[in-house]
Amino acid sequence: MDITTDPQKPAAAPVPHQPPAKDAERAARGATRPGDRIFLGLSRGSGILVLAIMAAIAAFLTYRAWLAISEDEANFFTSFEWNPSGTPPEFGIAVLAFGTIVSSIIAMAIAVPISVGIALFITHYAPRKLGGAIAYVIDLLAAVPSIVYGLWGALFLVPHMDGLFGWLDEYLGWTGIFEWSGGAPRSLLTVGILLAIMILPIITNVSREVFRQVPRMHEEAALALGATRWEVIRMSVIPFGRSGIISASMLGLGRALGETMAVAMVLSPTFDINASLLDPGGGTFAQNIASKFNEATVMGRDALIASGLVLFVITLLVNGGARMIIARRKEYSGANA
Amino acid sequence: MAKRIDVSGLNAYYGSFLAIEDISMTVEPRSVTAFIGPSGCGKSTFLRTLNRMHEVTPGGRVDGKVMLDDENLYGAGIDPVAVRREVGMVFQRPNPFPTMSVYDNVAAGLRLNGKYKKSEMDDVVEKSLRGANLWNEVKDRLNKPGSGLSGGQQQRLCIARAIAVEPNVLLMDEPCSALDPISTLAIEDLIGELKERFTIVIVTHNMQQAARVSDRTAFFNLAAVGQPGKLIEIDETERIFSNPSVQATEDYISGRFG
Repeated sequence: MDITTDPQKPAAAPVPHQPPAKDAERAARGATRPGDRIFLGLSRGSGILVLAIMAAIAAFLTYRAWLAISEDEANFFTSFEWNPSGTPPEFGIAVLAFGTIVSSIIAMAIAVPISVGIALFITHYAPRKLGGAIAYVIDLLAAVPSIVYGLWGALFLVPHMDGLFGWLDEYLGWTGIFEWSGGAPRSLLTVGILLAIMILPIITNVSREVFRQVPRMHEEAALALGATRWEVIRMSVIPFGRSGIISASMLGLGRALGETMAVAMVLSPTFDINASLLDPGGGTFAQNIASKFNEATVMGRDALIASGLVLFVITLLVNGGARMIIARRKEYSGANA
Repeated sequence: MAKRIDVSGLNAYYGSFLAIEDISMTVEPRSVTAFIGPSGCGKSTFLRTLNRMHEVTPGGRVDGKVMLDDENLYGAGIDPVAVRREVGMVFQRPNPFPTMSVYDNVAAGLRLNGKYKKSEMDDVVEKSLRGANLWNEVKDRLNKPGSGLSGGQQQRLCIARAIAVEPNVLLMDEPCSALDPISTLAIEDLIGELKERFTIVIVTHNMQQAARVSDRTAFFNLAAVGQPGKLIEIDETERIFSNPSVQATEDYISGRFG
């Protein structure tokens, strides 16, 4: 608006010149100064770049996967075969999906409770120095490369699993899930245990940060009602941290689903499904790609890419599911406080 | 129900820092006692020694005696958790449990204390919400989150939560400082009703509020920053505000400092 012609203010001090009003208008729109413009461009560009990379990966996977799947003579989703170089090519991801999901579930079942327990101990029970020391060690665990976990798993964990496997077989063998025919313990259970150790640090670290951020006033609310330390954790800390625990678990699950080298070094893969977690049966997507990629034909590679696409989709579904769980509880979340 | 509080020779520390020194006072049952004084004079710290909340702060430590009728809260073998079930507390900022419904917030303390039948629980929740003058506003949304209420309603919800367990004493730490004048009035009216059942101690920065709600007023002060806070005097509220016996009280009340 041109303030010099404003009839309401006839007696205003003589206005020196017009441009300031225009400058102000432009400033209000944003992005006039070079610094603003450059920063806007950079941040917008970063945002678009993420989408572009995601789209590029999806397009590549889908295209190459399509080349393979259209040649596939077996049912891609239900077949237990993996023979993409044969004539006709026959391959399916049923075994890989089973192995990936089962080993990840085992890893989560072990790692989530332990991680939450460690995080609670560090933030709410341990003396400050001890908590700091434990947190530091957990950070170190997170920095260990997965190939080292693989070496440890293959050379230490596997030879030491016989006792546990024997015990499970003796007392829980009747369930069928824990039946053991006595072979080398390079099965999905061993993989799950190794994955649990690998994803423990990330779940612990994220949960720890969430628990640390629980507002003091929520804890005091429980304390003032006469809550014991455990009741404070149950009433204030865990509800506040719930969505954080879910996010942390999803980060861990993402790593477990995609873990490659450590699984490849520990698992002895077979292309069938076994109800028992202790006997050989199943492989995982990532492990299968790693062990077959070097010798694969063009068709074989495309088939592996098709399996990679399925892993990609599973990861997306898992993340979407986690977001839904978090959103459903949103009005009760601590963020409203 | 309501019990007398008798404090003698009480010191409270944060680590090696003496925050309040040698406090002795008596709080009569079924009365409202207000604590006033400049920031940092230790009135909130003192309030928190009365339900053993001071010691949950890292480094927090107390010596001296707090008698609740004939029981020393700091005696050997006294469980601080049990003390807090007997001495309820309302905080400066409304702090309902954000993940719980209105109903569950009020029931939270009862659930800590043991098993109740659904019908008993319903009765206590309704009675407590009525007691906090909140029932009519929330009776249709008992299952909605407590954090969805307005600030003043949240604070009354916290009061309902505190009185649901039938404490002997109700401590209030600046309960209105985060609220608008209308909500403040609602809380002050409520304090007037609650004192018929409970011994109430309220910390306030608002001297008019102290004058409006309390029967007795205690004035705390500190000599300088870094010095411990002390109780300067405690007397009938009317006297404190008209004719206090210590000059510092009169200076503070008439706005000459603080």
